[in-house]
Amino acid sequence: MTYNILIAGFGGQGILFAGKALAKMGMNEGLYVTWLPSYGPEMRGGAANCSVVLSDTEIGSPLVPEPDILISMNIPSFDKFTPKIKPGGTLFADCSMIDKKCTRTDINAYYIPASALASDNDLQGLANVVMLGYFLKVTGIFDYDKFLLDITSGIPASRANLIEGNKKALAIGYAYEG
Amino acid sequence: MPKVLMKGNEAIAEAAINAGCLHYFGYPITPQTEISEYLAKRLPKVGGVLIQAESEIAAINMVLGASAAGVRAMTSSSSPGISLKSEGISYLVGCDLPAVIVNVQRGGPGLGGIQPSQADYYQATKAYGHGDMRLIVLAPSTVQEMATLTGEAFDLADIYRTPVIILADGAIGQMMEPVDFSERKPREIPPKDWACTGHGGTRKRNIINSLMLDPEALEKSVRERFERYKKIEETEVKYERFMTDDADIICVAFGIASRICKSAVTAAREKGIKAGLLRPITLWPFPKAAIAEAANTAKAFLSVELSMGQMVDDVKLACECRRPVEFFGRTGGVLPSPAEVTAKIEAIAAQL
Repeated sequence: MTYNILIAGFGGQGILFAGKALAKMGMNEGLYVTWLPSYGPEMRGGAANCSVVLSDTEIGSPLVPEPDILISMNIPSFDKFTPKIKPGGTLFADCSMIDKKCTRTDINAYYIPASALASDNDLQGLANVVMLGYFLKVTGIFDYDKFLLDITSGIPASRANLIEGNKKALAIGYAYEG
Repeated sequence: MPKVLMKGNEAIAEAAINAGCLHYFGYPITPQTEISEYLAKRLPKVGGVLIQAESEIAAINMVLGASAAGVRAMTSSSSPGISLKSEGISYLVGCDLPAVIVNVQRGGPGLGGIQPSQADYYQATKAYGHGDMRLIVLAPSTVQEMATLTGEAFDLADIYRTPVIILADGAIGQMMEPVDFSERKPREIPPKDWACTGHGGTRKRNIINSLMLDPEALEKSVRERFERYKKIEETEVKYERFMTDDADIICVAFGIASRICKSAVTAAREKGIKAGLLRPITLWPFPKAAIAEAANTAKAFLSVELSMGQMVDDVKLACECRRPVEFFGRTGGVLPSPAEVTAKIEAIAAQL
């Protein structure tokens, strides 16, 4: 079992955090994991993506040129990476950011207005966690309660106010009916 | 000890502290700045010191000073910054001083780019400085190895009184993987009775110096150093073999390229091609004997590098032209895909 996951969007959307949350959960579940970010002269609003590999066997290349799962949170990454999803793979798209649908018929596409759900619920900056909630429900890769505990336990005591927000965002994504 | 998820650069920094290195001198450069960032936070809390020097040249000479005083010291940089350090590295060798120098390579030449590269192989293994000299060069391919080889580098540096290079790349530096810091057992280190530590008039003074104007004396000191190099070549070679026993085609690759090759070899096996991977962990000393032995059974070698082909020369030398040695590489910061490498393996297989 190997999942090659690519998460992509704008810098500032929490793309790298979302990938790290999946990698950390995978590690805690005893899987082999790698997390490889795009890096460069990047800034808030620029392109950001990260490759996450979760596997029950040793991971060779940490690159994900052809993802099994793409989580896309903006139009440029949707245009760039949707054609690269492996046949039979899965797309998760933030449809409040992406005003088009994937035309491929050989993949499963899931749409969630993650950014709108986040801002409507006063959860600015947590669209990434809303996406993760939906991702968990559709894929069932990780147990919801364990994942919730895992991401909130990473929050330092000095920022405990973030725990409720993350909890709520994950729940909204998990409860979303496409 | 539970595993922690961290970047390769951070693993180097934490492993350095675990190895007792409390003195770090550096100047920021992508893609390795997390090393100083991490140490800037951690070192003051454990009684250490981090100095962000005014330049790479200053940093390597601060390492020289700290090492002469008998403490473990480290600097890190990326390709262009390492070139600036080359004079200081040669002086460290001339003074027989231990030090750990990390190069998280990026594309060159010149200021180049900031994406992963392995194009400093020649520089690291042949000529990090002027003069008759060698350096131990370690090439980690996982975040775990970033940690274990950093610990190993400090021990090797002290045992052999030589600078040790960790030749990493931007991909291994930036990527996160689980790492366990208790995995490695430290070695026994000889006392540093040569260090300039102050002695209150109780012994003859120690002098650390690389200037030797008498040719006979200089030759003698170089020869003594080469005796140590010989011992390193005999005892410190490290490499990993992956599916090489029955392999017709053996890829030779280190660092991030070896990870890509592992995937490519697995894919080639699924297509019925007997491929394998020999991964040098020490680039100097190079695993010559292992490659010569593999040449007894393999039909061809393929060196895969993030460069225009540098290690391929050493592979050819090691197998003494008994087998064809092909090359595949991408450069400038481009990472080859496993599929590209598999295609090259298939092309070689078709000619066998």
